[in-house]
Amino acid sequence: MSRKATVEAAVQLGLTPEEYDRICEIQGGEPTFVELAIYSLMWSEHCSYKHSRPILRRFPTSGPRILQGPGENAGIVDVGDGWAVAMKVESHNHPSAVEPFQGAATGVGGIVRDIFTMGARPCVSLDSLRFGELDEPRQRYLLDGVVGGIAHYGNCLGIPTVGGEIAFEESYAGNCLVNAMCAGLLRTDRIVRAVASGVGNHVVLIGSKTGRDGIGGASVLASQTFDETLEEKRPSVQVGDPFTEKKLIEACLELIGRGLVVSMQDLGAAGLSSSSSEMASKGRVGLDIHADRVPLREPDMEPWEIMVSESQERMLAIVRPDDLAAVQEVCGRWDLDCTVIGEVTDSQRLRVYWHGERVADIPARRLADEAPVVRTPALRPAWQAEAPVAVDEASYPPPADLGAALLQLLAAPNVASKRWAWEQYDYIVQANTVQIPGGDAAVLRIKGTRRGIAFVNDGNGRHCYLDPYRGAKAAVAEAARNLSCAGALPVAVTDCLNFGNPEKGEIAWQFEQAVEGMAEACEALGTPVVSGNVSFYNESFGKPIYPTPMVGMLGVYEDVSRHLDIAFRDEGDVVVLLGAEAAWMDGSEYQKTVYGRVEGRVPDVDLALEARLQERLRAANEAGLLKSAHDCSDGGLAVALAECCVASGDTGGARWQDPEAPPPGRPGRFLGAEVELGSAEPVVGAHGRPDLVLFGEAPSRVVVSVAPERLDDLRALLGDLPHRVLGRVTGAALRCTMGGEELFTVPVSELRSAFESLPERLR
Amino acid sequence: MSADLRPVRVGVVVFPGINTDVDTHHALGTFPGVTPEYLWHKDPDLRGVDAVVIPGGFSYGDYLRCGAIARFSPVMAAVRGFAADGGPVMGICNGFQILTEAGLLPGALIRNVGLKFVCRYVNLRVENRDTPFTRACPPGRLLRIVVKHNEGNYVVDPETLAAMKTRGQVVLRYVDARGEATAAANPNGSLENIAGVCNEHGNVFGLMPHPENSVEDGLAGGSDGRFLFQSLIDAARARLEVTA
Repeated sequence: MSRKATVEAAVQLGLTPEEYDRICEIQGGEPTFVELAIYSLMWSEHCSYKHSRPILRRFPTSGPRILQGPGENAGIVDVGDGWAVAMKVESHNHPSAVEPFQGAATGVGGIVRDIFTMGARPCVSLDSLRFGELDEPRQRYLLDGVVGGIAHYGNCLGIPTVGGEIAFEESYAGNCLVNAMCAGLLRTDRIVRAVASGVGNHVVLIGSKTGRDGIGGASVLASQTFDETLEEKRPSVQVGDPFTEKKLIEACLELIGRGLVVSMQDLGAAGLSSSSSEMASKGRVGLDIHADRVPLREPDMEPWEIMVSESQERMLAIVRPDDLAAVQEVCGRWDLDCTVIGEVTDSQRLRVYWHGERVADIPARRLADEAPVVRTPALRPAWQAEAPVAVDEASYPPPADLGAALLQLLAAPNVASKRWAWEQYDYIVQANTVQIPGGDAAVLRIKGTRRGIAFVNDGNGRHCYLDPYRGAKAAVAEAARNLSCAGALPVAVTDCLNFGNPEKGEIAWQFEQAVEGMAEACEALGTPVVSGNVSFYNESFGKPIYPTPMVGMLGVYEDVSRHLDIAFRDEGDVVVLLGAEAAWMDGSEYQKTVYGRVEGRVPDVDLALEARLQERLRAANEAGLLKSAHDCSDGGLAVALAECCVASGDTGGARWQDPEAPPPGRPGRFLGAEVELGSAEPVVGAHGRPDLVLFGEAPSRVVVSVAPERLDDLRALLGDLPHRVLGRVTGAALRCTMGGEELFTVPVSELRSAFESLPERLR
Repeated sequence: MSADLRPVRVGVVVFPGINTDVDTHHALGTFPGVTPEYLWHKDPDLRGVDAVVIPGGFSYGDYLRCGAIARFSPVMAAVRGFAADGGPVMGICNGFQILTEAGLLPGALIRNVGLKFVCRYVNLRVENRDTPFTRACPPGRLLRIVVKHNEGNYVVDPETLAAMKTRGQVVLRYVDARGEATAAANPNGSLENIAGVCNEHGNVFGLMPHPENSVEDGLAGGSDGRFLFQSLIDAARARLEVTA
């Protein structure tokens, strides 16, 4: 070997001198360069979670439905009738910031492999995206590339992208977030785990050839912050081939279905190094890998490059010798390479050979599970406010025209319809989609049963910036509330925790606070965390992103025909607000859009109230009392009402193109509402201001509609849960009054124009 | 009732990269008396099926050009022979692209004018109800079916188009909710809002919208796609009765 494995080389590969010493200690002397390269990847933050492992133990991770918690490629949840859902979310932030199209595409490819590796057929994708403000051309370029990349890869695979969220804040300008979530369906008795076993079994590499793409992806990209060398990092981004991945899905699911593989693991970050050492470590066996047998895209690759390459669309399988011929037949039918590259041993070591010469020999457990833990002392940042903002006439003068403010909010990129994005995704393939994008949740049926599943993802970086504990707690509460609004019972969480550089005390503080907030909410709402991903080093030029824990949540239906959506249905229905009578300026979209400020102390979720609200909401739906339900979030009550009106005329497709002459099915036109808000005085946080009653934000609030003859039944069922009748569905405009005095009347057609105005900002 | 119906076997051709083969199989299976069967792209024959559907997706990753590689597959020679004998062949989305590449349908499908993949419900007007693929469509009824494609922009030279129109080969058009073929109702820039065409003999049909995702009420796709499949099945069954 030409390269020397010195401490300088180690530092260049992203290791610290202390880590290098530890490696020498484990290896009993200076490591080989191949060993050093493998350590540098496996002990990177991205692969080892060295900054987060102890804190993540705070999460609840078990429950009666949970078949597999964190630690595998994906979590698995029992959803009834012998069916289970495998789910996981993963970040591909840095690759996407460097090369948005391929970065996002391979993000989808990676998370999809995590799902079918477990034996599940991927059935839905969702994506949580963050960019800087859209008036910057680079942000529009990033948005366009990321959405295009997701569409390119996901559509080709035939996995519907049914949900997701996109938000824009200046803090993400130098470091966009691309969190790809995927879930799949499998039978509860057919779970495959990435545990190697059976000394003498073959180690088989299936799929694409190995090239130099993505070398150092996990260490160079994912575990460092951005500076002026951004462009130089482009070669570290992998290039996706969804066609090969599609064939890989079909071949692997057939192999698993026929019991031809002992176990399976996809090759993600750190490539062959991580997949082989993790499988060996979990199985307490050893693996011998003959790197010279790996089919290559470029002939002159060195063994260390082969071991750490992040070339996409590759799987590692453990195969009994008797099954090898059958495995090769299946792969051959799908025109996939299938090569025996090694064998299972009893050494508990990962040994790498190059034309017979041993070039690496590492204890697998040390590599996969015993990376040094790093604890940075948490430091409360100076900007954390102790109290809510003073909403006085001088600092926050109320707008003269509240109708105009509503339109301004509906057109704000964070609120406006993301149709421009989701119309680029195939959201209906696989013929299970019950509810398409644009509502509170993605809803799918499970074929052959009455059951259904629903998914959401939610995060609010602005709130977490102002208070990571409250903000993260609220994100979990909101995700669950969105599912409950769709009539589904929330059951499990997968998370993607996006933060800045964890070596800084302030970031460590944000992380600990956010995990605590999430953990409390997950406990209170009965939604354990079954899988997830931590993404640190989301900074550019030393400036961190807003701390952004993204919550992906699964909900279940015993009878999916009970699903509910946000659209007002019928003229004359009664509109009722359930939950808290509160509305705050602090951290709201109103504060940002109308006043250009982000400050204050965001409200805390009352988890007991939240749980009761959601339980009653679902009970009311089960009793058939509700026509619609919609969470009040960004933009407050007025925006929620406007969205219910706009959705009324939208069948998710043909209708919206021509609202004047809709096809049969829905009410036949856009429905408005007349709403009387009473007095602003009792609304907590509103300071007696009508504008805050309309646009202020608070958790635990839901707008429902109910047929007038069922209103009494609903009120009886709600019992002592706070609620207020607001008005009724009527006409073709949204009219809000307070104490009989008109605040605004806006035709639904104008609400819709504002809400659908995002494409105009992208030109 | 279904017991009295002559059984019909419909082949669903699977190329690598096709991703609505399962949906199409599932959709056909919801019709009484129909047995859907997968046909592998390397198969040299159609195993005696009574109708063929080439489903949508991304055969060979759409590499080179949509449908350009799939048309060389062994199964396509058999499809060509089946079509020449008057057998009903339906190509959906990528299947439509493959049929134009194979020369079994006129014209070509190029990149959407918006240069983006588009997944959207469209209204379709049936321009010719006298084909094996549209006879079950209720007169005057628009079909609401989803499109999802990157290359659905239909083009054909003016002479061929004129001849196609004379012969009723323009089968489906994108229209607004009033039934007008407006520019706003056209999702991809297709020439004259064309969404589906058939060959001169009327037994080969290609369309960009996805009827296989519109066969069940209660799902987002609705059920308007049933009319097209029902027509195909009726035609295959009628042909069986003639040959019997």
